[in-house]
Amino acid sequence: MTVQKETKSKIDYRPLWLGLLFGIIFGFLLQKGGVTKYDVILGQLLLRDFTVLKIMMSAVVVGMPGVFIMRKLGLIEFDIKFGSLGKNVIGGLLFGLGFALLGFCPGTIAGAVGNGYLDATVGGLIGIVIGSGLFAAIFPKVRNGILQWGDYGQLTLPQLLKVNEWVVIVPLSALIIALFVLLEVNGL
Amino acid sequence: MNWLTEVRWSPYVVGAGIGILSWLTMLISKKTLGCSTTFARTAGMLEKLFKGKQVDEKPYYQKVQPKVDWQFMLVIGIIIGSFVSASLSKDFSWEWVPDIWAATFGTNILLRLGAAVLGGILLGFGARWADGCTSGHGISGTMQLSVGSWLSAIFFFVGGIAMAFFLFGGLF
Repeated sequence: MTVQKETKSKIDYRPLWLGLLFGIIFGFLLQKGGVTKYDVILGQLLLRDFTVLKIMMSAVVVGMPGVFIMRKLGLIEFDIKFGSLGKNVIGGLLFGLGFALLGFCPGTIAGAVGNGYLDATVGGLIGIVIGSGLFAAIFPKVRNGILQWGDYGQLTLPQLLKVNEWVVIVPLSALIIALFVLLEVNGL
Repeated sequence: MNWLTEVRWSPYVVGAGIGILSWLTMLISKKTLGCSTTFARTAGMLEKLFKGKQVDEKPYYQKVQPKVDWQFMLVIGIIIGSFVSASLSKDFSWEWVPDIWAATFGTNILLRLGAAVLGGILLGFGARWADGCTSGHGISGTMQLSVGSWLSAIFFFVGGIAMAFFLFGGLF
């Protein structure tokens, strides 16, 4: 049943210049954070430098209460992707292997291009486009098989735990802040 | 305006900035931050150059149409924003081989490029398989408390840490 909904076309033409403007801010922040650099990303994956985790988790800890409050006020709608174990676990692992070999992810590679890194510009971009095209080629063979394995649709953590969303948000935020304290205390 | 010319900001400030940016994109553009679909649209647009309109009939390109959209412009913007930031702090430099790579595998440009292409293929394929990347799942999906996004983000790092230790853990 989720297949039906997913195959609906999702193209949209919201003001493109706004996308460009938000992208410029995003790229500026990524570069100031150091994550447009291979050495910072590999430092994270080798567990020597926790910059990547700190950036991602502070984005979540600041972003999360804001988006939940805005949704409560009816200002925004959530956009939760359809998931399954077959999709998220296998896809996640494949992505991870490539993440370490390339040293960039799809967002930070754009930042690496702007930073002058030629292994990203000449090699990485071509690879990501080829990989995406290969998936488009095999998609008909996997969409009703392995991608549906362990399907849970648009399940969220509060639904899974059958609790109010703030019963997840508050302890999760506390946990993330505790992680930051732990990292800083240990000089990481 | 010293802060604009600093090479690095605190990761907590950068992260908080990205969190606030997420509020704004959802509020103003009704979109969440994400990047990897753009590469699938690019693949489709390139295929169309060679094979023509029949490419639009492929099931995946029915779902993800090969066109320039909001997220495509976001990715173009990232290149510009990073260039502006790096230029302001004089941190821009043309480089082929990063230090951590060179310390283990040497400074051969073709070897590094080969690894980048291969890594890119796995990354691009995996991003489509998982339906998202480090921003779409790792930041936007996790803050909406999506189970699939949390699982994806965890396995991005499981795969990434495994490969990083395989490459740089002293085997070579």
